[in-house]
Amino acid sequence: MYKNAIYTILKNEPLTPLVWRMVLEGDTQWITRPGQFVNIALAGKFLRRPISVSDYDEQTITLIYKIVGEGTKQMSGMHAGEKLDLLTGLGNGFDTSKATDKCLLVGGGVGVPPLYNLAKKLLAEGRQVIVILGFNTASELFYEKEFKALGCEVVVTTVDGSKGVKGFVTTAIEELKIDFGYFYTCGPLPMLKALYDHTEQDGQLSFEERMGCGFGACMGCSCKTKYGNKRICVDGPVLDKKEVIW
Amino acid sequence: MVRDTSVVLSGLKLDNPVIPASGTFGFGNEFKDFYDINILGSFSFKGTTKEPRFGNPTPRIAECERGMINAVGLQNPGIDHVIAEELPHLKTYFHKPVIANISGFSIEEYAYCCERIDKEEQVGIIEVNVSCPNVRHGGMSFGTSPEAAAEVTRAVKAVTTKPVYIKLSPNVTDIVAIAKACEEAGADGLCLINTLLGMRIDTMRRKPVIANTMGGFSGPAIFPLAVRMVYQVAKACSIPVMGCGGVQSASNVIEMMMAGATAVQVGAANLVDPYASKKIVEELPLEMERLGIERLQDIIGIVK
Repeated sequence: MYKNAIYTILKNEPLTPLVWRMVLEGDTQWITRPGQFVNIALAGKFLRRPISVSDYDEQTITLIYKIVGEGTKQMSGMHAGEKLDLLTGLGNGFDTSKATDKCLLVGGGVGVPPLYNLAKKLLAEGRQVIVILGFNTASELFYEKEFKALGCEVVVTTVDGSKGVKGFVTTAIEELKIDFGYFYTCGPLPMLKALYDHTEQDGQLSFEERMGCGFGACMGCSCKTKYGNKRICVDGPVLDKKEVIW
Repeated sequence: MVRDTSVVLSGLKLDNPVIPASGTFGFGNEFKDFYDINILGSFSFKGTTKEPRFGNPTPRIAECERGMINAVGLQNPGIDHVIAEELPHLKTYFHKPVIANISGFSIEEYAYCCERIDKEEQVGIIEVNVSCPNVRHGGMSFGTSPEAAAEVTRAVKAVTTKPVYIKLSPNVTDIVAIAKACEEAGADGLCLINTLLGMRIDTMRRKPVIANTMGGFSGPAIFPLAVRMVYQVAKACSIPVMGCGGVQSASNVIEMMMAGATAVQVGAANLVDPYASKKIVEELPLEMERLGIERLQDIIGIVK
């Protein structure tokens, strides 16, 4: 179930030169699971911008977004006190009922944010959480401290080796022989595919697609799965490993 | 004063002229939780073909200045599923005649689907889409020649009892010639315009944004074009016209009607604001009051 409402910006700050964190205040009751997203109306832009929810509580929503185009650039120029029109409660989100005692969370780049609230929830449910944060280079890294502060075991990988394990997230799984029973992941498509191929365990993968509406009306973000056609915006963005078709 | 917002399309009386356009409203399911969709005049359901279709590869959506491009490519569950599942479900939350949008890849397919949908009680009007720009060897190719459009019209009219409206493409040299050909072939009405063929390029990747390279451009940017074409067609034809293209306010609805539209479809606006059509329905009496209009029907084609 989703809702349209107006939110007030409490904070909007850079975590790295291109990755920003925005904290919004307003009605959050429609957000029910980690991994859901909001769709943001921006002045002068026609389509809304879908951004995953990194964290939420009774009054606030935290979004972490990367400046990749005009819309996100515009967002980075907004200040505390300004208002935003959001659709919230979009998407299915991660299902923690399928988790095992030892869960692996794998985030690539700007795919990291939705794993934060997921980690919180899994820890609260008594699971052990290992997080792999994959980036191209050290200067892109964010949220290592935040995940550690939650009580997660954190592994960082960088493609150029400037921080943590040199290579991809799958390199770390192999080299460190990470033991886990179930995984959750969000990140670029090649990373999702690599993880899918490298794991015997079940898991859930969060996908990204260009969207029109974000609430299932336009069929713009459809994908094929083993269980039929799905819309990334309402039937996803999280798909079960068992249903994914590459 | 009570403002009369009703209009009549081929004998079908609508409480108001506001109709969400095909492809932006699904089968109403995604909107019924936002508001009671029975406040609408009607709505045109997702373009339906004989077989189920996935449509085009993604990305299928691109942002534009005051609009968007889509290249969905007629994704739909197929006519059997629509009749067996969607329409019975629709009946539980929508209690007015609906507009059935039908598409096809051959004259026979159009006729087959229209004959099937004609038997459905809740269908008030059949809207025949000869203007989808996103599928090859189909859709728009029937809507870009007067002969082909007339042939589809005749084939559909031969197997249906309900009013048949042909949805026209703006991607033509002379839309009036195609409109007249449809009218002469027996169309009960026309719907225009479908999207304009457009393209965006991701300059960083040096590739088209849309996987299918091109797609249909819609949104407020195309409103003046739509008004112009509705005006030209309404002047040249005597059958009713549903105006469509970039409508996002009650003021736009009235403008489109003054150009000659009997009813007005709202498309892309529904995707950015799920309440867009509701807001237009609610604004309409206020806008009529502001403009001194008592009966909306009186302004249809009032601009000479």
